Amino acid sequence: MFLSRSRLASGTALALAAALSLSACGGSKSGEASASASCVDTSGDTIKLGFLNSTSGAMAISEQTVRDSLSLATEQINAAGGILGKKIEPVVEDGASDPAVFAEKIQKLLTGDCVAAVFGGWTSASRKAMLPVVESDNGLLFYPVQYEGLEASKNIYYTGATTNQQIIPAMDFLKSKGVKTLFLAGSDYVFPRTANKIIKQYAAKLGIKIVGEEYVPLDDDDWTTQVAKIVAAKPDFVFNTINGSSNVGFIKAYYEQGLSPKTTPIISVSIAEEEAPAMGKDVTGQFAAWNYFESVKSPANAAFIKAFQDKYGADRPTSDPMEAAYTSLYLYKNLVEKADSFDVDKINGVADGVAFDAPEGKVTIDGENHHIAKTALIGRINSDNQFDVVWSSGKPIEPDPFLKGYAWWDPSAK
Amino acid sequence: MKQLQNWGRTWGPLLGIAVIAIALLVVAPAVLSPFRLNNLGKYVCWAIAGVGIGLAWGRGGMLVMGQGVFFGLGGYAMAMHLKLEAAMATGGPDAVPDFMVLYGDGTMPGWWAPFRSGAFTLAAIVMVPAVVAAVLGWAIFKRRVKGAYFAILTQALAVAFATLLVATIKQTGGFNGLNQFTVFFGYNLYDPTNKRMVYTIAATALVVCLVVVWQLYRSRFGELLVATRDAEERVRFLGHDPANVKLVAFVLAAVMVSVGGALFAPITGIISPSDVDATASILLIAGVALGGRALLLGPAVGALAVGFGRTTLSETFPDQWTYFLGLLFIVVVLFFPAGLGSVSSQVVGRLRTLLPTPRRTPIAAGTDALEVAP
Amino acid sequence: MDAFTTPLLAGTATGALLLIAALGLALTFGQMGVINMAHGEFLMAGAYTTYLTQQVVTDTDLSILVALPAAFLVAGALGLVLEVAIIQWMYRRPLDTLLVTVGVSLLLQQLAKDVFGPQGDPVHTPGWLDGHVDVLGYHWPYRQMFTILLAVAALATLGALLKYTSYGRRIRATVQNRDLAETMGVSTRTVDRVTFFVGSGLAGIGGVAVSLISGTNPNRGTTYIISAFLVVVAGGLGQLKGTVIAAFTVGVVTAFFTDWFSSSMAQVLTFALVVVFLQLRPQGLFTLRTRGLA
Repeated sequence: MFLSRSRLASGTALALAAALSLSACGGSKSGEASASASCVDTSGDTIKLGFLNSTSGAMAISEQTVRDSLSLATEQINAAGGILGKKIEPVVEDGASDPAVFAEKIQKLLTGDCVAAVFGGWTSASRKAMLPVVESDNGLLFYPVQYEGLEASKNIYYTGATTNQQIIPAMDFLKSKGVKTLFLAGSDYVFPRTANKIIKQYAAKLGIKIVGEEYVPLDDDDWTTQVAKIVAAKPDFVFNTINGSSNVGFIKAYYEQGLSPKTTPIISVSIAEEEAPAMGKDVTGQFAAWNYFESVKSPANAAFIKAFQDKYGADRPTSDPMEAAYTSLYLYKNLVEKADSFDVDKINGVADGVAFDAPEGKVTIDGENHHIAKTALIGRINSDNQFDVVWSSGKPIEPDPFLKGYAWWDPSAK
Repeated sequence: MKQLQNWGRTWGPLLGIAVIAIALLVVAPAVLSPFRLNNLGKYVCWAIAGVGIGLAWGRGGMLVMGQGVFFGLGGYAMAMHLKLEAAMATGGPDAVPDFMVLYGDGTMPGWWAPFRSGAFTLAAIVMVPAVVAAVLGWAIFKRRVKGAYFAILTQALAVAFATLLVATIKQTGGFNGLNQFTVFFGYNLYDPTNKRMVYTIAATALVVCLVVVWQLYRSRFGELLVATRDAEERVRFLGHDPANVKLVAFVLAAVMVSVGGALFAPITGIISPSDVDATASILLIAGVALGGRALLLGPAVGALAVGFGRTTLSETFPDQWTYFLGLLFIVVVLFFPAGLGSVSSQVVGRLRTLLPTPRRTPIAAGTDALEVAP
Repeated sequence: MDAFTTPLLAGTATGALLLIAALGLALTFGQMGVINMAHGEFLMAGAYTTYLTQQVVTDTDLSILVALPAAFLVAGALGLVLEVAIIQWMYRRPLDTLLVTVGVSLLLQQLAKDVFGPQGDPVHTPGWLDGHVDVLGYHWPYRQMFTILLAVAALATLGALLKYTSYGRRIRATVQNRDLAETMGVSTRTVDRVTFFVGSGLAGIGGVAVSLISGTNPNRGTTYIISAFLVVVAGGLGQLKGTVIAAFTVGVVTAFFTDWFSSSMAQVLTFALVVVFLQLRPQGLFTLRTRGLA
C-alpha cells in the first residue's frame, strides 16, 4: 500500500543495483589463500618497523609506556648501527583501544607500509584481533604483555609471561607462605577469568581453598560491595587480577574497610612500579608477581633504567611490560642477525634458542611456541613504591602456554 | 520547465544513488588496494546503518542513541555463524568455537546451535532486530514517549547490551568479542578475491537500502512519517495512529542497522563490545548528523566520510582524532543542523539573517519538543 | 545479616552519589529542557579539582574541605561557559543540545587526557574519612557516610534555594511558564545562566565524592552520566522528590543485584528494569503538570 506510486522507478533501480553487483561479484571458492608475497623493502639502508600501540582511548594509560620503551630501544639500536646495518625507521600507529582498529592498522602496516615486523598490542582482545591478519599476511608481531596463555602462532612472538611463568609461580609462592584460603578478585574479562580457572585447578591440587571469586567490569571502579565479601570471608590472601584503573577503587575500598597486608595481603599480577604510586593509598607490604622489577640487580637493568630516565625523566619508573617491549625489539634484532635476513620464514627457522641479556636476566626464545623462557619473581612493595624481591623461581622457566606439562590442568573442567 | 522539475524530483535522487553505486561498485574496486578497499567496506557497513538511522531520526524524528544494539544483534548473529563455520571447517560438524574451549568447559550453549545454518543466520539477522525493535518501539510509541526520553532510554540499552556481552565470556567471547573467521558461507575469507566479494555484497546492500528508502520517502508513508515527526498531534487528529507509522520506520531502521553490523563482522574480521557500545553508537550518529539526517543520500555519504576521516585523521594525527570528532558534533549542530548536505539551501536562508538567531529558531528538520503525554 | 546490611548501606551511598550527579541534571534537564551529556565531564572536573587542591593544600585533612567549594566553582564555571558559548543558541531543541554536548564531552575527555595524562591521578583520603564503623558485620566506610551527608546537604541547600529565595521563585516561575515569567519582568536569561551554573557546580561536588572512590580518570564521567540521566527520567521531570526516590532506589537495587549476581549483571538488570519501568510509566514517578512543560 505504501509503495503504490511508481513501481517502475524502484524496479529499474533494483535491477541496476543487481546488475552492478553481479558483474563485480565473482567469489572463488577453491584453493587456499595465496599468502601475498612480502612487500618488505630490504634494499635501502633503513628497515621499517611498525609500532602499534593505543595512544588514545582507555588503554592509552598503559600502552604509551610501551611505546616509550620501544622508542628508546630504537634509538639505542640505531646508534649502535641498526639491524644488519640498516637503521630502524619506525612507523607508528594508534590502536585507539579498539580491537577492530588494531586489526585495520596492522593490515595497513603490513601491506601498506610494508613493515618487516610489528610491535605492540596490550589487551588480549587486540592481540586476538591482530592474529588472523598477521597470519594471513605471514607477517610478524611482537606482543609484550603477560597474558592468559592458551595460544601460539608462528607469526607472533610473545615476550611477556604466559601463565606458567607468572600465575603458577605465584601460587607456588602462596603455598610456600602456608596460605590455606584464597579470595579471587578480577576484572570481568578474559585474562582474569582464564587465570582464575587455572588458579582454581592448581589450588585444588595444592590444598588451598578458594573462599570467594568476584569480578567487576573494566570501566567500573566501585569495589565496596565486593570488598565487603572479602571482609566476611576472611581469606589468608587475595589474588588480584584486576586490570587498569579499577585497581584504584579496589585498593581504596580494601583499606577503608579495615583490611591490611598484615591480615589479608594482596598478590597482584597487574600492579607494577607505574601503578603503585597512583593508588592514592600507601600500598607498602602488598605483593606482586612479575618477571621484572625496577629493583632487579643486573648491569643490563642498571643501563636500561639509566637510559630510560635520561630520555624521559628521572621520575619515570620502569616496569615489566616496558621491559618486555624493550626486550622484544632486541630479540628481533638478534633473530634477524641470526637468520641474516628479514624474511619471516627464515627468522622462524632459526628462532629456537635465540637469546638476549635483558634487564630481567637472560631470556631465550622457544622455537616451538614462540614464547620466551623467563624467571618468575615475587616482589613486596616497599615505602618507595619499589618492589623488594622476596621470592624467585631461581632460573628461567620454560614457557608452556597450553600447560601441557601440568597434569592437574584440565581445560574442559567446569 | 515544470516537467523538467518534476523529472528532476523523481529521477534526481536516483541519479545520486547511481553515482554512489558506480563509485562503490566499479571505481573503488578498480583503483583501491585490497587493504583500502576493505577499509571502505567497513565504512560502507556504517553507511548502511546510517541510512537506517537517517530514516528513523531524520524523517521520523526518533533519535536512537543506542543503534549499536541493532548493529550488534546483526554483527553477533553473523559472527556466531562464521565462528561455527570456522570450527566446522577444521573440527567436523559438531565442532565448537575455539574460545568456548579456551575460556569455558568446551560445551556450546544450546542457542548457538541453530546458527550452524546459514539460512537461519540470515533470517535471524533480519528477524531478531525487527522483533526487538517492534517490542521496544510498540510500548514506547504507544505511550507517546518522544525525543530526549527515547534517546536516553536507548543509550542505556546500548550500555547494558555491551556490558552483557562483556560479562558473558563463555557465550559471546566477552571483551575480546568474536574473531578469527576463516570461512564465509563456504568461501575462504583469507582469499583476496573472496574478500572483494564480501565488499561487493556490502556495497550492493547499501545501494539496495538507498533505493528502498528513496522509494519509501516518495510514498504516502514517507509523507506520513514526516508529518508525524513535525506535528504528531495533527496526524492523530487526522485519524492516523502515529505510533504505527513510527513503529514501521523504527523497525525498518533497526533491520538496516543490523544488516550493516552483519557485514561488518566478515569485513573487519572481528565484532566486539566496543563496536556496539554507547561510543560506537555515537560514531554512527556522527556520520548521519554530518551528512544531513533528513536527506536521502546525506546519512550514507556522511557515514562514509566519518569512517574515512577516522582512519585518515587517526593515521596522521593519532592523538587528535577525538578533538576532530568532538568539534564535528559542535560545529555541525551549531551551524549546520540539517547537515552539510543541505548547506546550499541553508546558505540562502542564512544570508537573510546573517547570524544564527539565539533561541527559538526552529530548524529545518527534526525539531523535537520535549514532550511526554501524561 | 550482613547479606542484607551490606547492599543496603553500600547501595544507599551509591544512590547518594547518583543523586548528586542527578540533581544537577534534574535542574538543567528538568527545568530548562537541556540535555547536557557533558555533565559527566563536569563531574570529572570536580575530581581533577580535588587532585589539584591536594597539590596546593598538602594537608589532606583540610584539602577535601577546600576542594568542595573549589570543585563547585570550577564545574559551575565550565557549565556557565558551555551555556554562554553554545547552549543558549539552542534552547527548545533538546535533541540538539544532546548532540552538541556529546561533542563537548569528547573534547573535555581528550583535553583531560592531554593535560593530566591518560593515567589517573591519585587522590588521598583525609585521615578523618579513612576508616569504617562496624554495622551488623558490614565495615561501613566513613567515605560512604560522607557521600550520603554530602548528598543530603546538597539536596537541602538546593531545596531551600528553590523554595525560600527570590532566585528560587524566579526559577520556578520560569519553569512553569517561561513567557509569562518574562512578561512579569523576570530575566529568564539570567535565571537560565544561574541555573546552569548551580546545576553544573553540583556535578563538581559529585566529582569530589567520586575522587574519593577511585582518584581521577579522564573517562570516569561516562560511567555516571547514563545512570544519572536514567534517574532523572525515572524520577519524573521538574520534581526533586522523584529524583531523590529514583536515585536511592537505583543505588540500592544495583547493590543488591551486585551482591546476588555480579557487577556486570547488576548494571544490565538495573538498566533493563528502568527501561521497563519507563515503558509502563513514561512520565516517571512524579510529573509536574504545567503548561510550560507539556
